[in-house]
Amino acid sequence: MTQHEERQDRQRGLAFVVKSQLLTADDVSRAMKRMAHEVIERNQGLEQLSVVGIQRGGLAIAEQLAATLSAIGQVAVPVSALDVTYYRDDIGAHPLKDAAMTTLRDDLTNRTVVLTGRTIRAALAALADWGRPTAVQLAVLVDRGHRELPIRPDYVGKNLPTALSETVRATLDGVWLGTGVSS
Amino acid sequence: MSMRGANLLTLEGMSRESLLDVLDTAESFFEVNQRTVKKVPALKGRVVASLFFEESTRTRLSFETAAKRLGADVVSLAVASSSVKKGESLRDTIATIDALGLDAVVLRHRSSGAALQVSRYVPHVRVINAGDGQHQHPTQGLLDAFTVRQLLAERHGAMGSETGSSLFEGLRVLIVGDIRHSRVARSDIAAYSALGAEVRVAAPGTLLPNSLEGWPVTVATDFDEALAWADVVGLLRLQHERGSGSYVPSLSEFTSTFGLTSERISLLKPEAIVMHPGPMNRGVEIDSLVADLPQSVITRQVANGVPVRMAVLYLSLAEKKENA
Repeated sequence: MTQHEERQDRQRGLAFVVKSQLLTADDVSRAMKRMAHEVIERNQGLEQLSVVGIQRGGLAIAEQLAATLSAIGQVAVPVSALDVTYYRDDIGAHPLKDAAMTTLRDDLTNRTVVLTGRTIRAALAALADWGRPTAVQLAVLVDRGHRELPIRPDYVGKNLPTALSETVRATLDGVWLGTGVSS
Repeated sequence: MSMRGANLLTLEGMSRESLLDVLDTAESFFEVNQRTVKKVPALKGRVVASLFFEESTRTRLSFETAAKRLGADVVSLAVASSSVKKGESLRDTIATIDALGLDAVVLRHRSSGAALQVSRYVPHVRVINAGDGQHQHPTQGLLDAFTVRQLLAERHGAMGSETGSSLFEGLRVLIVGDIRHSRVARSDIAAYSALGAEVRVAAPGTLLPNSLEGWPVTVATDFDEALAWADVVGLLRLQHERGSGSYVPSLSEFTSTFGLTSERISLLKPEAIVMHPGPMNRGVEIDSLVADLPQSVITRQVANGVPVRMAVLYLSLAEKKENA
């Protein structure tokens, strides 16, 4: 392990300890397909659609969602990564995290954006720097509740009531409940 | 010594890990600088004072641009038209600006150690050294290392951050010219050697420091041979304002013995990188034609100044001291 990786590990804090598995990879796959159909139904076509995954956990989910949408709709749906580290409202409150790469290049004006992932307020602020989308829709693999801002997802893979002290690790390989820091 | 939550006074003693932390963070800000909207709100509401007691074009513009692209407010003191001209001391000037409320000071001063001194006057403010006398110019050292890593990584089709310090292992860096008076040389040498490169210096004996004891460098005995050896050639400006001119018999003598002339360019390896921190004395340490060759990356160095200084301001200011 390089010093750099060690540093990143330290920043992540306590390791994730699994309590139980909530969804299997198959469950996740079915949820993603259902969400893709809901996206198509709601948007009546995919031509104006962009999928944006929020680094780091949201990117794999966004890529899977875009791939599923492309396969069902027979249209190439663009997918990009957005890192919101520099847009967070709690900079300085915690040890700094390393930023991940943003690959978003498109002008989003008049497009509909489907966001996947967390830290949505920061992501909404960041997206505004890429133009004025017609609509921003939010897709999440897991909705834990615990809302602190009036932001709700439009597409939900699974509603999971959890305690705030618990951590959920949500990946394409499955969803686990545990404690510690997940990503 | 990590940069996070700390002052940046010198690169001397900075670990490889801390240097890489800045270079990797700078890479994410490089991407921000490619966007249509080149601004993020990471330091929104913070106040950065830019105090240049010595002339500067590049460093000042790029620090102020960096601070603004992070959403910080910039208070800039035009020293030539300030009360400094009435004889106000550095300490009183800093106290005045501090009273306005600020989070960071970017300081350039003709006296070595000025940044350290200011950090003692205002311990609650982060101090970023933008060049102090003949001592250090840390952000120049960082942006030179960033530029070299970026160029080498591009040749491998990789992102610099994916390569860590591996591209510096065994890299041959030659620093040429007025080493004696150069804060850039001191910062470059600290950065390159901590990252794993092998550093040689080439200069007339009068433009070397009185002692190189403790410097992680060797002195090139034959300049032409050293040019053929080098992967990176870092030129330095002959500093007239520090009296460099009187250390050499004549400028043309210096040019013919240690200038990168059009004739000498053929000695370089084809893939060698030629750097200059600016401002250049065209026709003295670098031939005007050489400065405009593709292997000269001088404008790339200037461009990289912004993301590197964004990284420095961000790491220094965004991290609380108790977290660091």
